[in-house]
Amino acid sequence: MKRVILRNFFKITCLLGVYQLIYFLLPVKNFLPSIVELGRSAIDNFSNSIIYSHILSSLQRVLIGFSLAAIAGIVIGIAIGYSAKLRWLKSYIEILRPIPPIAWIPMAILVFGLGDTASYFIVFMGAFFPIFSSTYFGVLSLPRIYKNVAMSFELSRLIYIEKIIFAYSLPYIFSGLKIGIGMAWMAVIAAELISTNRGLGYYIQINRLLLRTDNVLIGMMLIGIVGYLLNKLIEYFERICIKWRR
Amino acid sequence: MSILKEFVLNGEDNFMIHINSISFSYPSSGKKKNNKIFNYLSFNIRKGEFVSILGRSACGKTTLANILAGYIQPQTGSVMINDMVINKPGRNRILVNQEYDLFDWMTVKENIGIVEKNPKIINKSLSLVNLNRYANVYPSTLSGGLKKKLSLARTLAANPDFIILDEPFSSLDSVTKQELQAELDKLFTVTKKTTLLVTHDIDEAIRLSDRIIVLKGNPVKIQCEIPINWSHPRKINQNNNREFLKIRNTILDNY
Repeated sequence: MKRVILRNFFKITCLLGVYQLIYFLLPVKNFLPSIVELGRSAIDNFSNSIIYSHILSSLQRVLIGFSLAAIAGIVIGIAIGYSAKLRWLKSYIEILRPIPPIAWIPMAILVFGLGDTASYFIVFMGAFFPIFSSTYFGVLSLPRIYKNVAMSFELSRLIYIEKIIFAYSLPYIFSGLKIGIGMAWMAVIAAELISTNRGLGYYIQINRLLLRTDNVLIGMMLIGIVGYLLNKLIEYFERICIKWRR
Repeated sequence: MSILKEFVLNGEDNFMIHINSISFSYPSSGKKKNNKIFNYLSFNIRKGEFVSILGRSACGKTTLANILAGYIQPQTGSVMINDMVINKPGRNRILVNQEYDLFDWMTVKENIGIVEKNPKIINKSLSLVNLNRYANVYPSTLSGGLKKKLSLARTLAANPDFIILDEPFSSLDSVTKQELQAELDKLFTVTKKTTLLVTHDIDEAIRLSDRIIVLKGNPVKIQCEIPINWSHPRKINQNNNREFLKIRNTILDNY
């Protein structure tokens, strides 16, 4: 435990050291705050409830959009992977997949207006495709022998899908969820830069206009930290759900 | 037809499984045109009999096991079990695969529980193969021999009429193999399940079977059938048993 604390302390010190080195060596003093100014700004921000409401707004959008994307990605991924009759649908998904979430922003604002619904949609579009693809390939990689065993023992379709296909695909699904949560977090920040008046994206945007680069940096750091914690949360659930791989 | 059916059912041999003139070819690939595995192959198996199909590697033994399990269909002829034509996989005949076929994400108990809900039957199946103390562990923590025992326990839990074993012990070391062969012999003695063992191991076939069918050729045909009239469970010292050596030599002459 002591070793972990020391290691993390070392990592943070290195990061701050690199920042201070850039601050001294490059001509950035006019617009970048020093470490001390950044620290003071962080204390100001965290002693104020506004920053927390921005974090909570972003988290709420991510959790709703990501949950919808997870349900849709897993269900559609299993359905298309399992049923050859539905595989024609995959070409539609493949056409939509390369479109980056940010490109959906104008359409989302036109259809859903400025506000949370448009953000949920952008987050959904960011998270859905990696979750769908991982689930789909998980189902496709199910060894033929498991299907034969299921047929021999005359397992019902429901049990086959739940206990064999879904359970076998879980490691693939979690890989997709981990990529998906990162994409969702990136997408929500992009959406908030444009279409909302609350959230970490909005916080960065408004402070950019006010030339408060210290707050912009605080916002960026928070994006990184929250994204990291969300990924750790998915890894925690992964460990609970996939005990057999330990 | 009805007279013939009556003869088959009530005849003195009491055959339970009929393999009638089956032919099977794999689609030709590249230069290899003739991929015919069987050409009108026929044989029967009695109820409660332990039969071994013996043949060299890649002669079509696994294809035969897959046809009997219902995974693939013969291009001519039919397979009948208890007077019913087999055209798809089913619970009345279970194939214990050569490959690893356990569900890694389920514990030992759950692997059996998915095919049989009754806890008494699950425990009985585990007891039959002495796996009770491993009930709550995952298959990945078991040795190769224990994994094979679990496959057998799962098969027994489903209570099939007919068990097909496709080189079940081929990946195991010789000592573990002999231990499992002895356990399989005991299991067969207790359950009296009609069993077909597909193997290329001559000693294994002699040690376990009531009858050995040797396959040879391309397409394969039955080279010879050897009845073995020893009672189960067997205690055979294969190196000092003259009859064992005589059977082995007969097989080697036809192998």
